[in-house]
Amino acid sequence: MDFPTIWFIIIGVLWTGYFVLEGFDFGVGMLLPVLGRGTDAQDTEKRRRVLINTIGPVWDGNEVWVLTAGGATFAAFPHWYATMFSAFYLPLLLILVALIVRNLGFDYRGKRDDDRWRANWDKAIIVGSFVPALLWGVALTNLVNGLPIDADKEFTGNLFTLLNPVSLLGGLVTLGLFLTHGAIFTALKTTGQIREDARAVATRVGVVTAALAVVLLGILGFRSGNAGSWATTMVAAVALVAALVANLRAREGWAFVGTFVAIAMAVATYFLLLFPNVMPSTLNDAWSLTVDNASSTTYTLKIMTIVALVFTPIVLLYQSWTYWVFRKRIGTHHIPAASAPAAAPPAPAQR
Amino acid sequence: MDALDLARWQFAITTVYHFLFVPVTIGLSALVAVFHTAWVRKRNPEMLRLAKFYGKLFTINFALGLVTGIVQEFQFGMNWSDYSRFVGDIFGAPLAIEALLAFFLESTFLGLWIFGWGRIPEKLHAACMWIVHVGTLLSAYFILAANSFMQNPVGYRYNEQTGRAELTDFAAVLTNKVQLVTFPHVVMAAYMVGGAVVMGVGLWHMRRKTVGDDLPMYRKATRLGAVVTLAAGLGVAVSGDVQGKIMTEVQPMKMAAAEALYETSDSNAPFSIFTVGSLDGSEEKFAVTVPGLLSFLATGSFDGEVKGINELKAEYAQTYGESGNPLVSNSTYVPNIPLSYWSFRFMMGAGFAAMAAAAAVLWATRRDRVPTARWWTWLIVATPLLPVLGNSFGWIFTEIGRQPWLVFGLMATRTGVSPSVSAGEVITSMTVYTLLYGVLALVEVKLFLTYLRAGAPPFEEPADHTEQDEDAELAFAY
Repeated sequence: MDFPTIWFIIIGVLWTGYFVLEGFDFGVGMLLPVLGRGTDAQDTEKRRRVLINTIGPVWDGNEVWVLTAGGATFAAFPHWYATMFSAFYLPLLLILVALIVRNLGFDYRGKRDDDRWRANWDKAIIVGSFVPALLWGVALTNLVNGLPIDADKEFTGNLFTLLNPVSLLGGLVTLGLFLTHGAIFTALKTTGQIREDARAVATRVGVVTAALAVVLLGILGFRSGNAGSWATTMVAAVALVAALVANLRAREGWAFVGTFVAIAMAVATYFLLLFPNVMPSTLNDAWSLTVDNASSTTYTLKIMTIVALVFTPIVLLYQSWTYWVFRKRIGTHHIPAASAPAAAPPAPAQR
Repeated sequence: MDALDLARWQFAITTVYHFLFVPVTIGLSALVAVFHTAWVRKRNPEMLRLAKFYGKLFTINFALGLVTGIVQEFQFGMNWSDYSRFVGDIFGAPLAIEALLAFFLESTFLGLWIFGWGRIPEKLHAACMWIVHVGTLLSAYFILAANSFMQNPVGYRYNEQTGRAELTDFAAVLTNKVQLVTFPHVVMAAYMVGGAVVMGVGLWHMRRKTVGDDLPMYRKATRLGAVVTLAAGLGVAVSGDVQGKIMTEVQPMKMAAAEALYETSDSNAPFSIFTVGSLDGSEEKFAVTVPGLLSFLATGSFDGEVKGINELKAEYAQTYGESGNPLVSNSTYVPNIPLSYWSFRFMMGAGFAAMAAAAAVLWATRRDRVPTARWWTWLIVATPLLPVLGNSFGWIFTEIGRQPWLVFGLMATRTGVSPSVSAGEVITSMTVYTLLYGVLALVEVKLFLTYLRAGAPPFEEPADHTEQDEDAELAFAY
């Protein structure tokens, strides 16, 4: 196995890490209006805070996985990084804006004891979770599906090229997967009514998602599937079904493992469908970006491999330790009173 | 404006904005860690209160540094795809390593620090903020290694066939002489900002009529902040001096531009305090100068030769202009002189002014004194802003002074922009970033001021992490 192939796999792993972790962050964020609805205003506020605090300590570290995936793509496959990020210009802009307001929402929401302040930041969290959950799926599906790329490795389409039926279906699948994953994560990390509500949401969304995923992976598989990608597709399907069954039986830990594996196998399927291309061209097969023609030199890949081998286990160690530190289930009774300063005092009365 | 100019403006806006918050993150994380550690070791309640107080201000600021940083990583691929293709081998690696080593560390351990009250042992909890700080330093190291390559390319080979630069010596990239001096310079400048924030905020509270028994606590913070600003300022000045000499060696045009030195000075080159040049930028019309000082700053000797803009321009026109390489030919090889000249001076001016302010604060708060004159309010507002502006002007100088090069001697800026991205798309993104950042700046500042005014929280005995009451409320929750 040569270095470019190794790094193709590593980038696949990095995207997997991103989706299995930030995936539930997106799910939880989108479910704020659904699971964060209580019996009265106070209960609603407490439930929302429960949801946000399940991911509070970990969402930031989860997000770094995509920064690492992007950085690794830049270093290992500069042409892939260049063509992909310039081709997806406007969707990436939307994703960036969404992530900006979502992240600030998590941090700033509780820093002022004011209903309108919190309501606005809640909107930011909800929209900021929805947009990337949809658009990452659109983007990666476009990679697999192929895009108009010319002999100079440049994208020759426009925004509407990127928003086609298959890619939009891909977006709906990631949306559904992250909602399901997030609901199951919530069921795993909470106690009380919210836990039961989460399980119910997971079932409903999960079934729809499973149906859409079957259609999507079927279409993509028939176009460019191989033995490996069909195998991972099967495992993904089984894992998702197993997750939903475990969820029905209130075995939340196993349900989470199920959606975790389903998402991981979905990413694996995508990468197996892509290989040995990284960005197939719909204009001319000879113009496709491949693992070989898009990569850096062996020297760079060797250095990066050493760094990755040394530091990735360390990162995995301390990141998983964080999850263990914050393993306790959270219920509304655990949420302390808001300790933030109230809204700024009103302007002095006019004479 | 075409797509190139727009892309350049956008990069400048987003980078300067990002770097308003980054120095606060680097500098303040260290000081919060100091306060937190002082609490753990000496059990002084004031220290715990200060750690929580400045820690809150830190998180408010960190959030914006983080989100604007994501834009930066994506922007290379989005707006500078040809640059990314050309130097990905060399520039991409430090960025990827920055994410793997620094970003994971910062994010994970900040989460632990914010939420860890009463859940992890106190010593470990305080250590988390130190680890965050180490993360910020690692981040600075790798991104500066990448930027230093652009200023002074080392450890590479140009592959004629693929038209790309290829990495041949990673150690050389990490120990680039520009990098070795830029890293301490930038980090010290960040410590100046951290110190100035702690000092300004502390002094504001010291002067409050209702400060009461909290006066000694804020006095400690104020004086610590002032000492840090002064000491770091000295570090900035010394490293800046070394940097100037290295710059003369590897980027002589930048030094000449910084000085608006049109004609080569064989010896005793004067340092200009104020210069007005001709409209076409080819000669100076009027100048107020200090004899010999430029030679000394640039070369370490009053007799040192400093090459002028015109001589270098002719040299480069020959070396690069006639090379036939489209990546480097067809240029004027001269950066924007007024911008280089003035940003260089504003950078230094802001730095020295911040040091002077810190010295004034130390003097005015000696023993039990509290400065009461009204004009101190202005100084309090100015002191954190001065080093922040110094940082901004420093970056503007170093990037403007590098023009027209994207990578000095290898690639002109105009050849690196994304060919498939239209001007319309860049106008869209630039408008979105500018408006969004503008709104967020207002939100952040307002929130920062709210917490500044609220002051340090009252002392609360920290929850014991070993107690296992299942139904107890969380010590901290969003």
